[in-house]
Amino acid sequence: MDAANRSEGPAIVPLRFSPLIGGVTGTSFKHEHLPAILAEGKQRDFFEVHAENYMGAGGPPHRALEALRRDHPLSLHGVCMSIGGPQPLNREHLARFRRLVDRYQPALISEHLAWSTHETTYFNDLLPLPYTEATLARVCNHVDEVQNAIRRPILLENPSTYVMFRESTMSETEFIRRIAQRTGCGLLLDINNVFVSATNHGFSPLQYLSAFPLSRVGEIHLAGHAEQFDDEGEPLLIDSHDCPVADPVWQLFETVIRRCGAIPTLIEWDSKIPDWPILKAEAAAARAILDRCYAIAPRAYRHAAV
Amino acid sequence: MPLFKQRPQSAYAAFAAGLIDPSRVTPSVIAGPKGKAATRRYNVYRNNVTVSLIEALAAIYPAVQRITGDDFFRAMARSHIRITPPTSPLLFDYGRDFPAFIQQYEYAQSMPWLADTARLERAWLDAYHAADAEPLSSDALAAVRPDRLSDVVFKAHPATRVICSRFSIVTIFAANRGTGPIGRIDASTPDDALITRPDLDVGVRHLPPGGAVFLKSLIAGRTLGEAAACALEVSRSFDIASSIAEMIEAGAFTAAILGDNDDH
Repeated sequence: MDAANRSEGPAIVPLRFSPLIGGVTGTSFKHEHLPAILAEGKQRDFFEVHAENYMGAGGPPHRALEALRRDHPLSLHGVCMSIGGPQPLNREHLARFRRLVDRYQPALISEHLAWSTHETTYFNDLLPLPYTEATLARVCNHVDEVQNAIRRPILLENPSTYVMFRESTMSETEFIRRIAQRTGCGLLLDINNVFVSATNHGFSPLQYLSAFPLSRVGEIHLAGHAEQFDDEGEPLLIDSHDCPVADPVWQLFETVIRRCGAIPTLIEWDSKIPDWPILKAEAAAARAILDRCYAIAPRAYRHAAV
Repeated sequence: MPLFKQRPQSAYAAFAAGLIDPSRVTPSVIAGPKGKAATRRYNVYRNNVTVSLIEALAAIYPAVQRITGDDFFRAMARSHIRITPPTSPLLFDYGRDFPAFIQQYEYAQSMPWLADTARLERAWLDAYHAADAEPLSSDALAAVRPDRLSDVVFKAHPATRVICSRFSIVTIFAANRGTGPIGRIDASTPDDALITRPDLDVGVRHLPPGGAVFLKSLIAGRTLGEAAACALEVSRSFDIASSIAEMIEAGAFTAAILGDNDDH
């Protein structure tokens, strides 16, 4: 390649790992698990990291991620791009995100349908947005901007929510479907989020899933939730990521996998973090469902094709 | 509320306004399903925001938290978050104003050494995340002719930090970053701390009298001779040879350069 061609734009770096396929499971990566993970050697599993934790210049976080990345596919999960926010994306943050993508070549890249920054304040939470034509247009522009910056499609994650906006004019599934159509992004289906939001808003999770564009899903998240109560004393589920996946979420997961075939699936566990064997066992439980359904999926697809 | 009527806020602004301001009522732009109220629902977000930011400060300032106890720390952190919420999504960068806040925090006045301990913890985390660089080798000065030594200029390692205090912050820090029992500490000895991270581990050590001004002069690009003169003004007993050797050993520098740009 000559120098003139190179100067046209950033070189497209080939992926060192092909995209994940089939019955692969992963877990949130926590530094305290690194020695146990490395001791096990090369595994099929992938690891997901919150992008922001690796945006420092150097030091132990990067060293740990390099060690992990040597033998495992990586999923880069952005938590604070504020894609659903009303203001332009933080360009500096986007540049940092892009540098991480370039450096670690993740097999999966995802962000949230949520916002976390308003004016100058960063709230460190995934906040809900109204679903209107105006917010849809803005979110699509933001997704375009991220995808253009990293030169790859992202997976956009459905949120867990506790409130709805009076001004919303469309359902969450319609909103997400139209984002995917307009931007070409993939989707990260968080099944715990579906269950949490369904309980909190009194809709059927199965109906949500039947309206969700499942063909766009490139990754699934499973996590545990906690239970509180709303103003009326009825259950209000909190997306806490601090305990095992609940039974109804496992059931929904199996339903989705039976319908879609195997999709890379991640166990998210971000607080009250258990020892590695417990987290690994949770991923193995997801793998068992993937394997079981994967075995029957091809026949189902043949039926569908006839 | 009249304000809202005059100039309608965006749904986002209304939602954001009460997240860290407990005096605000639940915004009217949101609701629960089927006519349900949204107060406890909105409070989930309020709680997530405040608790996660308190935890972010606790992760940056574990010694301060251990010294003050959990309840005291959480109340102090909550007050700080309300006045100075983060402006960057990088939470390991948050809390730079926390030491100054602690210094004037009404209930921390009986612990005058607490703010400087926090400054040391903030510097520790900055060193932890600093860019990686190969530290200067311990024999780097051996190649310099003795009569040229005073002309040597040093390049600081990206992780190098100096924190000066009227209190025994290195001792306080060391005792409170672990989980072991803490004996009685005399907080009244002035401590200057050198923070380095030559490879993966952050090191915190005492600087001798004159050492802080010496190192700060070197970091600012003054020659070894100039820095030594500054240090001797502070402390007549300042030992140049052992101090520079110890700083090189600690990993404070990445290069020693002679005035004629010879890199040693």
